[in-house]
Amino acid sequence: MKHAITATTRMTRWLTLLFALGTIMLLGACAKKVAPPPPPPPPAPTAPTASLSANPNNLDPGQSTTLTWQTTNATDVSIEGIGLVDTSGSRQVTPVDSTTYHLIAKGAGGTQDATARVTVNRAPAPPTTVSNTTEQELFAQNVKDIYFDYDKYDVRASEQGSLQRDAQFLQQHPNIHITIEGYCDERGSTEYNLALGTNRADAVKNALIQAGLAGDRIKTFSYGKEKPFCTESNESCWQQNRRGHFVYEK
Amino acid sequence: MSNGARPIRRHAVIAVISFLLLSAASSAQDWIRTGTGLGVERVRLAASDFKPSTSDANNSNLLKTFNDTLWNDLDNAGIFDLVSKSFYPLQEPGQPSEINFTAWNSPPPNTSMLAFGNLGAADGKVTVQGWLYDVKNEKSPQVLGKQYTDNATTDAVRVIAHRFADEIIFRLGGGVQGIAETRIYFVSERTGHKEVWMMDYDGANQQQITHLGSISLSPRISPDGSRLAFSSINKGGWEIMMYSFDLNRMVSFPRFGGMNLSPSWSPEGKIAFSSSRNGYPNIFVVDASGGNSLRLTNDKGPDVSPTWNRKTGAQIAFVSGRSGLPQIYTMEADGTNLQRVTDQGYAVSPNWSPNGQFLTFSWMRKYGPGEPGSNDLYLMDVASKQWVQLTHDSGRNDFPCWSPDGRHIVFQSHRSGSDQIWTMLADGTNVKQLTFTGANTQPNWSWK
Repeated sequence: MKHAITATTRMTRWLTLLFALGTIMLLGACAKKVAPPPPPPPPAPTAPTASLSANPNNLDPGQSTTLTWQTTNATDVSIEGIGLVDTSGSRQVTPVDSTTYHLIAKGAGGTQDATARVTVNRAPAPPTTVSNTTEQELFAQNVKDIYFDYDKYDVRASEQGSLQRDAQFLQQHPNIHITIEGYCDERGSTEYNLALGTNRADAVKNALIQAGLAGDRIKTFSYGKEKPFCTESNESCWQQNRRGHFVYEK
Repeated sequence: MSNGARPIRRHAVIAVISFLLLSAASSAQDWIRTGTGLGVERVRLAASDFKPSTSDANNSNLLKTFNDTLWNDLDNAGIFDLVSKSFYPLQEPGQPSEINFTAWNSPPPNTSMLAFGNLGAADGKVTVQGWLYDVKNEKSPQVLGKQYTDNATTDAVRVIAHRFADEIIFRLGGGVQGIAETRIYFVSERTGHKEVWMMDYDGANQQQITHLGSISLSPRISPDGSRLAFSSINKGGWEIMMYSFDLNRMVSFPRFGGMNLSPSWSPEGKIAFSSSRNGYPNIFVVDASGGNSLRLTNDKGPDVSPTWNRKTGAQIAFVSGRSGLPQIYTMEADGTNLQRVTDQGYAVSPNWSPNGQFLTFSWMRKYGPGEPGSNDLYLMDVASKQWVQLTHDSGRNDFPCWSPDGRHIVFQSHRSGSDQIWTMLADGTNVKQLTFTGANTQPNWSWK
């Protein structure tokens, strides 16, 4: 069966080629003084393919997993939160929370993405009752920092969930005042990063106000690239440092 | 941008750099205007080691400091063809009467000018006599004769050498004041905190100025050298802070609230800086006491790092991220006539030249995720937006600042593996490292 298909396909190709050659010769014979026909358009680029898997995909907190990916026809492959990666490869990651890794493969023929979900089992709730958990401890457990794209200060779509949960927690705890500290990665100038960090802190503050929080509960500050959270020179570290950090004030 | 920044063609590069290095001297040197000497003939100068004039035990130590400092100053000036000491005659003069003109004005030294003299300590004082002779003019050779007396310490002798070097540079360099007595202010982390430090222009005499134990950044010295503005964390915000060299202590300056960053002095003593007191970081101007606040930009920014046209005080260049990656913009000192001068990449840290003609700044022309390129320093002619690249393939370079003579640029570079302060001539040559201890950043050169 397979042979038959191959043979048929080959025959069809030959016929097409013969027909094309004949056409060209005919045209050549009939219109010698006419400029030669334009070259046939290059074949349309093939669309990239991509696959991404995590093994294991169910972890206890602190364990790591291996992400493995393959792509074809892609020139530019990135994984959100990790950055640019090889077109195929693998990498160990240690997610703190359940994470959906999102791979984007870009090539001449388009864009293809693939995802892999890693579930991190929740640590058993600490054996404490609400009554002896302070507001500050609850704040630390519930309020998540907001991360930014490179040189950007708008709250990106993937951070909207964190932001809404932060806003919800703060609305349920109206006595808490906060300072949002803007941080930047190590690249670029000290002075520009301080200004950029100011805009990042302000963007988080404005989003919280939009979500219904009173502006007078929120102060802002910028550290720019002073006091980084992570000091290595790679994208995962830089991403750690591009953030609006929540600080409990009362 | 239709009239965007563009690289200068090769022949123009030479012309611009020649012009840059000598523009300040143009009033005294006709050949620059006529363009017949654009190869730039540097004055051939020999600097003979000074001789002891007394038999004090301190002499050899003081002479070494004096001779090394004088030689470095003349070498750093960038306007001399310094004759190597290995070509000098064995009999080096300590007095005019000891000069053998033929031995100096013919090969191997074949020099036009000769600096020489003597130094002697006695009873805790030191006396230095120095001369500059035009040895090709045997009939009337003396260009300069000076005598200095001070305490017999290496610090005092170093200052005397700087003064004598500046006298020579002033006379042979087209009437432009030398920089041997200038200072450089910078941020150092060597105590564990980012504090403001200062040093002589050649890296000697490094001293800590602030002891705030916080993070202090962006030191900028006032035109008269009496006050130093910088930015520091203070009570929940970044504020402009002021140190007085008249009182040798911090003096009060208004608190504006929000993030107040990157002060810059105008030639008349006004201060431009970035302030987020109204939300986004924008450029404001205040007078020397912090009053009469005027807002110059009004956008989401972020706007930061203003620098005044140091000649006219009528324009300000600054950095803004209003269109995405930070770019350099210029505007009039009242905020009108905004123009973007860089057309791509990541451009920061502008500094305006003393003659008002050039900006130097740090630029990563191709920048973004996955672009490992380096920040290099560039020089742009403000009127034409033509530019030349001053550093190449040497790590991250940032915060360039002009020397008062317009012939040198001090900057921060990571080329040695850590952030340190370096200087170079304004054409990118004669690169020298000034700091070696801890991390040192954000240099600012005194105005005189």
